[in-house]
Amino acid sequence: MIASIAALLVLQLIGTIIIRLTGIPLPGPVVGMLILFAYLLWRGATPHALEGTTKALLSNLALLFVPAGVGIITHLHGVAAHWIALSVTLIASAAIAIVVTGFTLHWLMPAAEKDHGSA
Amino acid sequence: MNAITQIWVYLAEQPLLWLTLTVGIFWLAQQLYRLAGDFPLLNPVLVSVAVLVVLLLATGTPYHEYFDGAQFISFLLGPATVALAVPLASQAATLKRLWLPIAIALTVGSLTAVLSALAIGTALGLRGEMMLSMLPKSVTTPIAMGISDQIGGSPSLTAVFVILTGIVGAAIGIPLLRVLGLRDPVAKGFALGVGSHGIGTARAFEHSDRAGAFSGLAMGLNGALTAILVPIIVWLAGL
Repeated sequence: MIASIAALLVLQLIGTIIIRLTGIPLPGPVVGMLILFAYLLWRGATPHALEGTTKALLSNLALLFVPAGVGIITHLHGVAAHWIALSVTLIASAAIAIVVTGFTLHWLMPAAEKDHGSA
Repeated sequence: MNAITQIWVYLAEQPLLWLTLTVGIFWLAQQLYRLAGDFPLLNPVLVSVAVLVVLLLATGTPYHEYFDGAQFISFLLGPATVALAVPLASQAATLKRLWLPIAIALTVGSLTAVLSALAIGTALGLRGEMMLSMLPKSVTTPIAMGISDQIGGSPSLTAVFVILTGIVGAAIGIPLLRVLGLRDPVAKGFALGVGSHGIGTARAFEHSDRAGAFSGLAMGLNGALTAILVPIIVWLAGL
């Protein structure tokens, strides 16, 4: 558990340092994620302890969004002033993105992989 | 000053108060969500944020004072982003087999999510920080906030847009695809992951494990791709 947490923090740190040094326009933790992903593919299997720790962290991911979400309090005026434009954009864009992505993948998938589930 | 006020004044200066309230209120919101049969509009993040905002307004607490305590939770978003590599790697075999359809659908979907928001938002009069904060809304919060910070948006505003997008996608995604005749769980899961990140992924898992796995895959890939695309789009659009 501690080793896994240390590994995640070290990867985040490495990602942040790489961004500082190269100016790549990516968030530091994303670079850490890409490094870990490459390592896991190369290794072929995920260490058991790391699997447990990441599961605990990711299954409570929603809680981690709350403090940032409360930050809306500093934007109440802006959001209230534009609430119709904001809601229409959010809803329409989500619907369009989901439909376009779903049908693009469905049309491109080999026939053998297609699953016409009834649900 | 009575005793209760004195205790409040003392506690309000400690990081412990807002940290505890954040975790406690989220736990209660989660119970409420389950009791209501996972009703999408009672999303625990949405409810917790609403309750905490009302509490801060009612007690006249400035956000930075709240964040002094709650930052300990926020900090975990970094390691959690790194941890997304694990579910992604577990889909390696499928990724290898279907890499081309996935790569194309991902690129098309990622661009559609960003450009549709840019086009509709601009047409409806959204400008500046408001528009920039909206662009990374389809990817998981830690990545979206990182992107927003980088392009001159407001990370906290982005977090709110991300959460709302997730709730909308989870609520309308599957019914919408069904009406349009798409029944394949792989395509449905993948679409929810690209369009509405972790909240959509949670919804896809309720539909089927296969849909959920593809949704998680889509969420991770879209996070990385959007982090690359959005700064380029912002630069090209001259925002």
